[in-house]
This record gives sequence, C-alpha cells and structure tokens, in this order.
Amino acid sequence: MKIPETPTKAQYEISEAPQGAVILRICGNMDASNAGPMIQTLSARLREYAISSLTVDLEGVDYLDDFGALVLIELRKMATHGRAAFHIIHASDKIKDLLSILDFDSLDEQLPIQKKSSPSVFVHIGEATIQLVSDMKYVLSFIGSIIISLVHVCSKPRSLRKNDTLLYMQRVGVEGLPIVALISFLMGLIMAFMSSVQLQQFGANIYVASLVSLAMTRELGPIITAIIVAGRSGSAFAAEIGTMKISEEVDALFTMGFNPVLFLAVPKLIAAVIMVPILTLFSDLFAIMGGLLVGVSMLDLTVNSYIAQTIKTLSLFDVFWGVLKSGIFAALITLIGCLRGFQVRGGAASVGQATTSAVVSSIFMIILSDSIFSVILRYWG
Amino acid sequence: MTRKPIIQVRELSVGYGDVIILDRVSFDVYEGELFVILGGSGCGKSTLLKAMIGLIPPFSGQIIMDGDDLSIQDETNLQKVLRKIGVLYQGAALFGSMTVAENVALPIEEYTPLPRESISTLVRMKLGLVSLQGYENHFPSELSGGMKKRAGLARAMALNPKILFFDEPSAGLDPITSAELDDLILHLNRSLGTTMVIVTHELESIFAVAQRIIMLDKHSKGIIAEGDPRYLRDHSQNPFVKQFFNRRAIEEDLDTAGKDT
Repeated sequence: MKIPETPTKAQYEISEAPQGAVILRICGNMDASNAGPMIQTLSARLREYAISSLTVDLEGVDYLDDFGALVLIELRKMATHGRAAFHIIHASDKIKDLLSILDFDSLDEQLPIQKKSSPSVFVHIGEATIQLVSDMKYVLSFIGSIIISLVHVCSKPRSLRKNDTLLYMQRVGVEGLPIVALISFLMGLIMAFMSSVQLQQFGANIYVASLVSLAMTRELGPIITAIIVAGRSGSAFAAEIGTMKISEEVDALFTMGFNPVLFLAVPKLIAAVIMVPILTLFSDLFAIMGGLLVGVSMLDLTVNSYIAQTIKTLSLFDVFWGVLKSGIFAALITLIGCLRGFQVRGGAASVGQATTSAVVSSIFMIILSDSIFSVILRYWG
Repeated sequence: MTRKPIIQVRELSVGYGDVIILDRVSFDVYEGELFVILGGSGCGKSTLLKAMIGLIPPFSGQIIMDGDDLSIQDETNLQKVLRKIGVLYQGAALFGSMTVAENVALPIEEYTPLPRESISTLVRMKLGLVSLQGYENHFPSELSGGMKKRAGLARAMALNPKILFFDEPSAGLDPITSAELDDLILHLNRSLGTTMVIVTHELESIFAVAQRIIMLDKHSKGIIAEGDPRYLRDHSQNPFVKQFFNRRAIEEDLDTAGKDT
C-alpha cells in the first residue's frame, strides 16, 4: 500500500444499459492520493442517472487499498440509498483478498458507535460535590503528612535532603532576585511618581518617601514577591512533581521506602520559607530606591532627607510584619504547588492543568490571606 | 519478491554530542521486506532508528528513503518525505487527550480531502485491521498495553505508508500478546506489502517475523552480522552472534554479562 508522490489519476467510464442498469468501469489506481476527489466526482456524475442497479467493473484497476475500498463503500451506499442493486465484477484475487480482510460486506451494517451519554445537571452537581469533598480530604491528609514530615525532620535533621534544599534555595531565591528587584524598583518609581503629582499640590513632597516605604514594606513588597515566586517556582514545583508522578518516579520513591512528601515537598517548603522573606526584604529595599530616584530627580529632595524621612516613617514592626506575611505566603505557594503536582493523574495534559491551577490558586490564596492579615492587624494591632 | 532497495543507508555515522554511536554503517532494506535491526543494549539500535526516521541528524553519510536523501532535506521537504513512513513507538505514543478514533483520524484529516463521514468509515476499517473494532471512543488510558500498541499501529498505518518502523514492538507485552502482535505484523506485511523495519532484541520475535537482520555491535560501532537469522544462528562464526542467538552470557567477562539478552 503506498501513496505515490504525485496523485495518480484513475479513469472512469459510465455506461447505461436499458432500465437504469448502470455500469461503472474504473481503471488505474484507487489509493489515498485520489480517493477524495474520486468520491466527489463519481457521486456528482452518478446523480445524473436514474439507477436501478449499479455494477462496478474493477477489471482495469491495477492497485486498490483501503482508501479505494472506501470509494467502493461510498458507491454502495449511494446505490442502496436509491434502492438499487450493487455489484462488483472482475475484481482480481488480490482485491478480493483485501476486501475480505477489511470486512467489506458488513462494513455498512455496523451499528453506529455508541456515544457515551452525557449525564444530567443533577448528576454533574452530585459528582462535583463528591469530587470537592474528596479533594478536601486529600488536601487535609496532604497537610497532615507535611506536618508529620516536618516533625520528623525536626527530630532527625539528617533525614532532610540538604543538597536539594540548597538547590531549591538557589532556584527560588538567588535566581529569582533579579526579576523581583527590577519589578520592585519600577513599582517604587511608579508609586513615587503618581503620588508626587498629588502631594506636590500641598507642598508635601517629603511624604512621598513615607508613602512608598510604608506601602511597600507592609503590603506591596510581600505581595509582589509572593506573586513572582508563585509564577516562577510554584508552577515549577507542580510541573516537576507532576511529571515525576506520571513517569512513576513517585511510585519508585515510595517502594524504595522513601516518603515522597518528605523527599520532594519538604526541601522545597523549607527553601521557600527561608528565601521568600529575604526576597521580600530586597523588594522593599529596591522599591525605596525607586522612590528615591524620583524624589531626588523630580521633587528636589536630597538623598539624606529622603532616607531620613523613610527611617522616621518605618517602625521595625512594619518590616517584621511584611516579612512574617511573606513567610506565610511562601508556605502557601509551596504547599499548593506540591499538592497540585501530587494530584496529577494520567498524561501530559494533566501536568499542564496542575501547573495552571498551582499558579492561580496560589495567587488567590496570597490575596485572601493578605486580607485576613489586614483584618487581624486592624482589630489586634 | 522484487529486490529493489527502498531504504539505502550509506556510510552513516550518528551519535550524540561528541560521542559516536555508529561509525560508517551501510546497508539496504528491500521493498516489501521484514527487516530487523538487533543487537545488545546500548549498541545503537534505537539511535539508528531515530536517524532513519529523521529525528536526529547524522554526523555524516546518507539515508536514502525511497529515492529521497533525508540528510539534505530542509524542514518542509523532510516532512513530505516522512509522510511515506509510519512509526510505532515503544509506548505507542497515542495522544492522551484524544480518543482512539481521533488519534487514527488525525493524519487522515490533515492530509486527505475526504469528507468526515468517509474518514470515520476508514478509521473503522483501520481499527478492524488491528482487531480493535468497537474501541473508537475509548481513550488511550482505558486500553491495555497490547491494545495501545495495536491502536498505535493503526495510526502509523493511517495513510498507508510505504515503510513502517517499529521500535521494540514486544517491549512490555506478555508472551501471548507479543506473539499476537508478531502475527499481526506478518499478516499486514503479507496482505499489504508494506516494508517493515523492526528494532527488537526479542529472540522469539526475531525468528517469527524476520526475513533478514542486521546485528549491531557496541565495540565495533557497526554491523557484525547480516542475513537470515536462522542461518546466522546455526552457522555464524562470530562468538557474539552465537551467544546472542543462543541466549548465553559472555563467560570470560562476567562484569558485562547480561547485555546480550
């Protein structure tokens, strides 16, 4: 069976005997290259006749494959549709063999393939609820196993994979620093610039320094850093564990007696919880530098007065509060990333879903927990 | 059988990075033949297959596939040449997000102007050829290993390629399923006349299907035996070939034992 490089032309000739007996003679090849056009032209031509019986003469056919058989099937369909008889004559032994292998005689009669019936709305809701409950159970048991692993690490520090932890510290922290620094610097710049337009009207230029430093250390620094880490590292955690899951590496760990959570999730968790607060401090610093640039170049402030105002505004608590929040964000990002990775089932598409879901749910949880922090601070602080 | 070569490999050297796996290998595959590439683990069987299906560019040498030299084609032409071949990958490589029928229909929809309804009839015929009628709407994850291989074969044959490549068709299959797959390969070769190039090291498979083999060797980075497997088993003077066919470990060097099975 072969596809010639250039489509081979099949010749056909239609002759009509009395009482609508139509004979169709085909010569040449009937293969993948010409089956499509042949079906179209033949069905158009045959429509001109009132057919009572259709006889296909295959004497001149040199070569026929399953695409050729398809042409014959379409012809037969046309004939039987108009209640006409259908015959094939002068088929060579080779063609007969092929047609019998393909089960030519019974191909039409096959039942339509059963489509899986789509369940009703209630079934959907029920399934979604059951899914949700089992997901919640899974999340709880995952958090439980993380806690157990952490306790285990505390009691036996040797069981922590130190090299992995250092590697992830490098990936999350060191390699993430340039982008965190750049974005924070630009954020500081933008904030200073936007606020200066308003504050200048009151001659309150110096308060640009207060605004930038307070907003960045308390809220925006931790949030921006966490969102960047979620996009860079949370997705990477989910993809890595997910791929290990489908290539049975996680199963291999388990059978070798390792606890997959201890082996895979704990180093990432520890690395992130150490590095993200440090990144946040860098983020604060670079944002203040961005504000400083605008203050000095556009608002006629001196470097000294800007820095003095920043120090006057910030209390140690503000910095500490931001760093504390970023530690919690880091834990959330890692937990969600690893959880999504462990939830991967099936194939490549599932890894993609897990990665997307890791980033989306991380960002959601970051914002949600930040609002909870704000409420706590409001009533407690 | 006509003795017209359909694949000509000339002075082919392939490898990865700086490492040469195969050094100046030449052989022919004839039209309609069941050709088996075999050898111990790490001898470059899979590398040779990957070079022949255009996945890795050779260091030097030519692969002439039905008149077209693979090594001098640009991307678009290469894809045109590759349409003449079908490949059954070791894990079947079915797309997990599509049903079996969609997997088989994919190349047909892309490269032929057939209407949808005819394509589904054709897909049914193709699946019938590999005895998978009724599994059209199943997803690959719902199939057993042997069924996946057969579905992969149906997809490889979708456009009736001149040449079919098989990468370790019996890997991971039980003896019965593996024998069934061998029968299917023989049956398709006989009824459709497709040239088949099979990479394997399953002895039983080799004797069941192979008309001609080449055996590759890790140390000489080339072919150490070529011909009918039964003849080679009984008459070859080469100790490695003898050991391979008689399934024996290399006695004098126990450290490397096991690589010939």
